[in-house]
Amino acid sequence: MALTLEEVRHIARLARLRLTPEEEQRYTEQLSAILDYAARLQQVDTSQIPPTATVLPLRAPLRPDEPRPCPPRERLLANAAQQQAGMFRVPPVLDQEP
Amino acid sequence: MADLTDLTLLEAAQALRRGEISSRELTEACLTRMQALEPQVHAFLATTPELALQQAQAADRRLKAWRQDRSQPLPLTWGIPIAVKDVLCLQGVPTTCGSRILEGFRPPYTATSVQRVIDAGAVILGKTNTDEFAMGSSTENSAYGPTHNPWDLERVPGGSSGGSAAAVAARMCFAALGTDTGGSVRQPASFCGVTGLKTSYGRVSRYGLIAYGSSLDTVGALARSAADLVPLFEAMAGHDPLDSTSMPDPVPQVSLEDADLKGLRIGVPREYFIEGIASEVEEAVRRAVQVFADLGAQVQEISLSHTDLALPVYYLIAPAEASANLARYDGVRFGPREPAQDLWEGYFATRGARFGPEVKRRIMLGSYALSAGYYDAYYGQAQKVRTLIKGDFEAAFQEVDLIACPVAPTTAFRIGEHGDDPLSMYLEDVFTLPANLAGVPGIAFPVGFDSRGLPIGMQLNAPHLGEPALLQAAHSYQQATDWHKEHPPL
Repeated sequence: MALTLEEVRHIARLARLRLTPEEEQRYTEQLSAILDYAARLQQVDTSQIPPTATVLPLRAPLRPDEPRPCPPRERLLANAAQQQAGMFRVPPVLDQEP
Repeated sequence: MADLTDLTLLEAAQALRRGEISSRELTEACLTRMQALEPQVHAFLATTPELALQQAQAADRRLKAWRQDRSQPLPLTWGIPIAVKDVLCLQGVPTTCGSRILEGFRPPYTATSVQRVIDAGAVILGKTNTDEFAMGSSTENSAYGPTHNPWDLERVPGGSSGGSAAAVAARMCFAALGTDTGGSVRQPASFCGVTGLKTSYGRVSRYGLIAYGSSLDTVGALARSAADLVPLFEAMAGHDPLDSTSMPDPVPQVSLEDADLKGLRIGVPREYFIEGIASEVEEAVRRAVQVFADLGAQVQEISLSHTDLALPVYYLIAPAEASANLARYDGVRFGPREPAQDLWEGYFATRGARFGPEVKRRIMLGSYALSAGYYDAYYGQAQKVRTLIKGDFEAAFQEVDLIACPVAPTTAFRIGEHGDDPLSMYLEDVFTLPANLAGVPGIAFPVGFDSRGLPIGMQLNAPHLGEPALLQAAHSYQQATDWHKEHPPL
């Protein structure tokens, strides 16, 4: 197995996903199988090969930094789980660590 | 006149121009057919009949004016009812990506690709079903239930643009927009017996396409023939300042009259005819290649030697990008939030409860591939091998103009057939992933049926920005054959 249960729990934490014990078990098996399959990439000699991050010849294009109209605040807030006083409302943030 | 939904897009466009039918009549015919067939097919996640009828009425006014004064050109999409995959934003219309994490989301703006077809007069019938966040090859990963293949309702339509493919095949619409990150336009087109165009990376704006794998995502379209796809491609393609990855190159007009296969060099990669491909698929594709040869193309065998590595490369790069893209679903700015005492708990609860199994799997896989200590071995190595796969295509296109190959190793499989075995499902994508990794365009179109009566598709690939050559070649084939004219028994 490429992955242990502990590693799966660690990844789920990094990804901010709450998993049930059954999910942890299933993902340990399934992700291990996928990573075992992907192990064939390790056999390729890429010491002289640059990575491809994008297929495009473009390099981050620039545009003038000019103010433009944007959608009205109400429209952008309309999908919020909770809003208050024209802002997104969230549960307490400070003094909390996962 | 026979049922209006039996017309092709171009036939309908000509009838609209001549004033023989109205966009309203076309739209009503589509809505009626949707109502009749949706209980069986479930191609749509949201329908927009009121919007469609408004757009149809506006289109009819413009068509009437155009018939009196033809000095301004009118796009062939004018007044044509189409569907839009539910990963593309349409302002004010529910857009879920097939996910419960976007339940109730109404986008504050419209995707450029969608806006451009609306500006070209298209009528929007609704949003089509998709694997959650376009992650899947069967539409079974939709949180809202699978779409059924119109050729056999027990079977999948392919995915992730399965709703779009099924809606076109069932003649509920004349065309549909789809997206293709690893085969999501071409494979469902193949499974449903329709023609699907995956555009070059950067050819169509991705602004308003809800992101999955940002270095791979492309917007495309599905219709009943290559000729029907041309006006959609022309409407959508072209630079968009709102997408920094959209190419500034001008979009050439696609002239089908010039389509000629004589002397066209078509390469058939030997690595695509491997163990695991259904013999009926291989035979149909080889017969289709022979048709191209009979029409004057020069067919030769070529090698894309790193083909077998495309699958592991894709299933590291796409999940890595997905894990970053899907970090935005935090239950704060859009989508529902699960009750929680504090912000952190809210993240874990909302994402844990509202992402489906395949999305969680890919987020986990991607997070792992990017995590400290594993980045170089997995993500970094995948990016380097991607260079080799891209290089295969560059070398091949020194020798040939187009590449011809199967779309998928099998025809449509049964709903539930791949069960809870993600790797076996991923293998369905083995022939479509390389084009996304290389960024090149592809077109899938029907070339026969298997003994169960299920459509078989084949794929052509062209160099980057080579869509006109693809559309012309597929059109030439469809002029010489009738597979694309077959209808499912619905």
